[in-house]
Amino acid sequence: MNKEKKILLSGNEAIAEGAIQAGCRFYAGYPITPQNELTAYMARRMPEAGGVFIQAESEIAAINMVMGAAASGIRAMTSSSSPGISLKQEGISYLAGAELPAVIVNMMRGGPGLGNILPSQSDYFQATKGGGHGDYHCLVLAPSRVQESFDTMFSAFSLADKYRVPAIILGDGMLGQVMEPFSVRVPAAFAAKKAANVSKPWALTGCAGREPNVVKSFYLRDGDLEDFNLRLQKKYAVMLKKEARYEGTMLKDADLVLVAYGTMARICSAVVRRLRKEGKKAGLIRPVTLWPFPVQAFLPKTSPARNFLVAEMSYGQMLEDVKLALDGRAQVNFIGRAGGGFPLEEVIAAEARKL
Amino acid sequence: MVKSAKILGQDEKIIAAGSGGQGIMLLGKLLAEAGMRAGLRVTWLPSYGAEVRGGTANCMVVISKSKPGSPYVEKADTLIVMNQPSLGRFLPRLKQGGLLLYNSSLAKAPVQTAIDVRGYPFTETAAAAAGSLKAANMVALGAYIAVKKMFSVEEILEIIKEQKRDLLEMNRKALLAGIALVR
Repeated sequence: MNKEKKILLSGNEAIAEGAIQAGCRFYAGYPITPQNELTAYMARRMPEAGGVFIQAESEIAAINMVMGAAASGIRAMTSSSSPGISLKQEGISYLAGAELPAVIVNMMRGGPGLGNILPSQSDYFQATKGGGHGDYHCLVLAPSRVQESFDTMFSAFSLADKYRVPAIILGDGMLGQVMEPFSVRVPAAFAAKKAANVSKPWALTGCAGREPNVVKSFYLRDGDLEDFNLRLQKKYAVMLKKEARYEGTMLKDADLVLVAYGTMARICSAVVRRLRKEGKKAGLIRPVTLWPFPVQAFLPKTSPARNFLVAEMSYGQMLEDVKLALDGRAQVNFIGRAGGGFPLEEVIAAEARKL
Repeated sequence: MVKSAKILGQDEKIIAAGSGGQGIMLLGKLLAEAGMRAGLRVTWLPSYGAEVRGGTANCMVVISKSKPGSPYVEKADTLIVMNQPSLGRFLPRLKQGGLLLYNSSLAKAPVQTAIDVRGYPFTETAAAAAGSLKAANMVALGAYIAVKKMFSVEEILEIIKEQKRDLLEMNRKALLAGIALVR
């Protein structure tokens, strides 16, 4: 594909193409709306790329296939939407416990339960605070547009490999369905380092001529599990320090800072443009990583505002992290809807004008 | 060839709606693709899920000179409707002064004064000019590009040629018939 040429595809398809360009060579998934275009794209493209595509018999089977593939050192991925992601939680905890890198895509839909198929951001807690059992974290990336959905796959696979953690792409039904032009561009640094072939000395590749590797998440001997947990915590501390990312818009002089991620962030960017035109000094913090959460964006030197407005397609999940980051130094307001609705541009603007 | 970017305001927000099988999604995608090729920013957002032949279907297209915010169109500059239920549902979402293009084969003229109302028999024209009821979406698209003077027939046909070569002749006839309705 021509690097400069733009193609018109959905967020779901851009994620799939991004994964393949980032060296993913194993995909297992089970159909669920609103992410079926991702699975369908993989079914067509993965064999072309010389990888393995499996439509698994269930979400649970798919995540466990990914675990097996990841243990062999290959870049592996699964995708689903909210109810299906709930089913995968045991597997994600095992991936974290076995320190296996893999990418899990969640194009969120309305919940709880089977919910509906409309866009939602109600799985923030599940993605960022654990999801499965045990003290673990996944790297969580939240692209906001189709180009970024493609681009983010390079970070997702690279960082998952680097830290040996599962990485979650947290999107929503609207991001999955919307079509936008994007360029198939491979980051120069990624291409140069042939990052798809990183060395994985821990991988199960056949032990002829070396000691066998063991991949497990089971530590029975007294003290071993605590030691392992301490090692995980050290790793997470490094990630908190080095990998938290955000995009800030007009924060320096803003009286009111909007905070939103994913689809809500692109809606809020239009709100900020509108408010600025009216003369109201508004800014926007868009967390790019949800875990680690970009606490640095909320420091007074970066965002001196004393008034914040968090907008989510939920009843206030990221809101808690914003409050923790601000630690009481500013007023935190909230606007949110869930179950298929989302705060519209005009509604957010009206709320912002009151603040 | 019409210079697409020249005649646009800042944004053109379109809602296209009809029943499943009327080619609403394709109509919207062709507009988005044409916008992209003209160097504009575009988004295309489908309604998804229960879209089957005979059900309802709609899509939202934003064509913009700057980075589009929400792909969800709250208030449309243009509403293209292919049947009566869609007209009832989406008319309140049309901006004051906006353009309503409706399929007079399957919908009745609304009583509205603050908008530009244009009804044409898209379905009947498709049957007569292109030999297929299914080409009503292309007749509507032809009417749209004629009214808005946005995109040329050649630009649209170039996309169809790449993506749906076997139906090129039928689509060409339908598009030209749509343009002729407006003239």
